Amino acid sequence: MSWTDVADVLAAACLLTGALLTLLAAIGILRFPDVLTRMHSATKPQVLGLIVIVLGLALRLRDPATLGLLALVALFQFGTAPVASHMVGRASFRAGQVDRDLLVVDELSATLGEPTRAEPSEGETE
Amino acid sequence: MTVVLVVCGVLLGISALLLLVRITLGPTMLDRVVALDVLLAVVVCGLALEAAVHQHTSTLSILVVVSLLGFTGAVSVARFTRGSDDVDEESP
Repeated sequence: MSWTDVADVLAAACLLTGALLTLLAAIGILRFPDVLTRMHSATKPQVLGLIVIVLGLALRLRDPATLGLLALVALFQFGTAPVASHMVGRASFRAGQVDRDLLVVDELSATLGEPTRAEPSEGETE
Repeated sequence: MTVVLVVCGVLLGISALLLLVRITLGPTMLDRVVALDVLLAVVVCGLALEAAVHQHTSTLSILVVVSLLGFTGAVSVARFTRGSDDVDEESP
């Protein structure tokens, strides 16, 4: 059993793990109640799943010339997922789509100068 | 490796179907954007899976481009979502 067989088995394990994490992210996005919790499932398991799949691809290709491109894919995911989630969460909060009774800590309302707990009739009166 | 391809392909296909359900249901545009972002990541995963099983490198540049595409889409929709008509948002 040479080292290429070991790398192949490791790559297969990585690919399976990544596909399972992607499935978990999809289930979370389908089942969670609002945008903020869906973003949680859209970023954390999804980014880890993609990184693990790219790692499996690198183990399977075993070509140093492709490592740069694969590292670029992983780097883009690490760099862009927090920014995109931040902007989506902020836009959702400012558009009033977040159910504030579900929040444990709410620091953005104080920053925006709004009441911390929204009255039930606030959406209709404004 | 064929078994891995089939199993991972089925898992990714189920994920894509669940995400399509969320994109169809999604009460707000931001829900759809989040789900679309993950759907693009599923596409990246599928391309990487196929490249890994067949050991070719011709789709690697597509991986880089698609992984950036989801980010630009999410940011632009989040930036311009306040004027959208999906909810009764507060007036500016």
